[in-house]
Amino acid sequence: MGRSKFFGGVHPSYNKGLADSRAIVEIPMPEKLIVFFAQNLGVPSQPVVKKGDEVKKGQVIAESGGFVSTPIHAPTSGTIDSIGIHPSPVGVDASAAVIIPDGNDEWFEGCSAERSSEGLDADKIKEIIHDNGIVGMGGATFPTHVKLSPPADKKMDILVINGAECEPYLTADHRLMVEHTEGILDGAALFAAVIGVGRVIIAIEKNKPDAIEVMRKAVASRDGFSVEAMDVIYPQGAEKQLIYALTKRKVPAGGLPMDVGVLVQNVGTALAACDAVRYNRPLIERVVTVTGSGIKEPKNVLARVGTRFEDLVNFCGGLEGDAAKCINGGPMMGVAQYSLDAAVTKGTSGLVILRQEEVAQFVSDACVRCGRCLDACPMGLNPSALSIFAERMRFEDTNEYNIMDCIECGCCAYVCPSRRPMVHHFRRAKAEVRKLQKKAG
Amino acid sequence: MITAVIALAALAFVAAFGLAIAARVFAVPHNPKADEIEEALPGANCGACALPGCAELAKRIAEGKADVDACPVGGEGVARAIAAIMGMEFEGGGDRKVALVLCKGSDQVAAKRFFYNGVFDCNSAALVFGGDKACTYGCLGLGTCAGVCPFGAIEMLPGGLAIVDPDICTGCTKCVAACPKGIIKMVPASRNLHILCSSHDKGGVARKHCKVACIGCMKCVKAAPEGAITMDNFLAVIDYGFEIPAEVAGECPMNTIVVIGEAAVAGEEPTVAVGGDA
Repeated sequence: MGRSKFFGGVHPSYNKGLADSRAIVEIPMPEKLIVFFAQNLGVPSQPVVKKGDEVKKGQVIAESGGFVSTPIHAPTSGTIDSIGIHPSPVGVDASAAVIIPDGNDEWFEGCSAERSSEGLDADKIKEIIHDNGIVGMGGATFPTHVKLSPPADKKMDILVINGAECEPYLTADHRLMVEHTEGILDGAALFAAVIGVGRVIIAIEKNKPDAIEVMRKAVASRDGFSVEAMDVIYPQGAEKQLIYALTKRKVPAGGLPMDVGVLVQNVGTALAACDAVRYNRPLIERVVTVTGSGIKEPKNVLARVGTRFEDLVNFCGGLEGDAAKCINGGPMMGVAQYSLDAAVTKGTSGLVILRQEEVAQFVSDACVRCGRCLDACPMGLNPSALSIFAERMRFEDTNEYNIMDCIECGCCAYVCPSRRPMVHHFRRAKAEVRKLQKKAG
Repeated sequence: MITAVIALAALAFVAAFGLAIAARVFAVPHNPKADEIEEALPGANCGACALPGCAELAKRIAEGKADVDACPVGGEGVARAIAAIMGMEFEGGGDRKVALVLCKGSDQVAAKRFFYNGVFDCNSAALVFGGDKACTYGCLGLGTCAGVCPFGAIEMLPGGLAIVDPDICTGCTKCVAACPKGIIKMVPASRNLHILCSSHDKGGVARKHCKVACIGCMKCVKAAPEGAITMDNFLAVIDYGFEIPAEVAGECPMNTIVVIGEAAVAGEEPTVAVGGDA
């Protein structure tokens, strides 16, 4: 079925071949881990440890700061060496705990104990998912228990498990689907039970035929499950675009997928939720694709939260050639890093390292009104006008032109012949609009 | 021909009649003083008085709802002129305040963490790890403050550093609000000794980041009158209520303290002058 037509989108070079056939390998325990306290969208977690404390693997080191928040757990047993400011991979300097592992990797009491998911009601499952710090692992890190708690008046009928992985280079979700098929489906079944939906769609882009094949085999025995092969177009994996491509339902401006009765969860999140419920295992590790032409041996690495990028790079054979740019996430939406001292967070799906010749230093120019960005914008916005308003600091106007619906996918910047830093303009404008809205109450 | 003339005359008469009635019925009560006051105001519509513009402030003053010195930009001269229009005595305001950029770390002396190639605007640059300077407190040097200054009082030095000309500065505080680093402060125009650093980093770190950073050595604190300079989390801060002798600047090992307007060599013209009436 060629169902994947949403408006706009682009076709960047995917470069997934670098790592998509490499099985997931676990990185040996690094000498130190840097664990950030703000690892979810919403309210940051509140630290409950201090310098010198001994922690066990899976012990809570930061508690939820509110409803839209999750706890953070120690990724291994060891000592809190210091608490200070470190460069966080999302582009801010943030507070983090430095943990020196003791090498025993000893579980905290009660963690990693098998339990039967039989007889657990929806509220209990949500509680377990929250207590184990599960967040959206596609990159946005939105707390999963919040997504699973729609208001009573929202009726949901479809669960979408997002395995589109439309970002170039990244293959972490691809490998998870191939290697942990049953775990993902069990997690999906849990989500479906919590929100009470009977229809589960696993959405995978057609450039992952092996994943589609194993998933199709695995869902055959499950009622209500189906696998959809999606056309390869960026941003196919963006929540609203995926929902439209699958169901032709449009999430209203400023709305959420629950407004159209759909819940979307990433494949990694489903697996983490399954581990949390079945084994009481908190989210302390994830798969990170370390790839790009600037890395010797691209790999899909199972890394503890807090693993420094430098350790990842060394594990993958070190830098190759004149490696010049390091991006946390994919090249379309990722954040360029200035230091390999940044560390893996729950939302780190990849580390892309590019060589000098691939990193063009653009000089951006005035908008020539060619309108290509209007054709590319999957949200149907007018990026040209938005960028000009933002440049002139006319932030009320950007709000009028619905800047808050921008998903920062970067399609506009990708097609812009004037090489305008569109997303940068929009991030600034969004911050200013949020300030204006706060002021207006 | 004659019909046309009569028709037009009649039309003119009817229109004039209509206008005469409209002028009576829709007349807006107007205070002539407000016009005079608006004339006396600077007319930049900068918004420093927190009102929509000079006309609105003039109206408020004329109605007695605002003080004659409510325009922070106009200073004493404008206040006197407005007081004369209102037939009031102006006793003279306090010290005029001007903006000051509390950073001396130009590209020549301050280290950078990475190469920034984004939008040429300080607030946008601050979104990327807080900016490219190693010192996370310092001036980003992309000129956002200079861009918002309605009076052209801020100049960008070649090394990426903003500097306010206190003679032109009217104290409207637009730059203070625009700076993402919050390092522009309002200081009394009569004071000319300043500590041009905002870094709360510990001495060693601050020194590594910038050759002219305050390293918290406290030499100036000891040299100045007691209480005039205090330490706030590794940063020396001036209490402008005190007069500080110019010699204190010489105590600073990092050259962070400056005396603006003081001629380097006797007989030379001062590069930037401070003070004087507005």
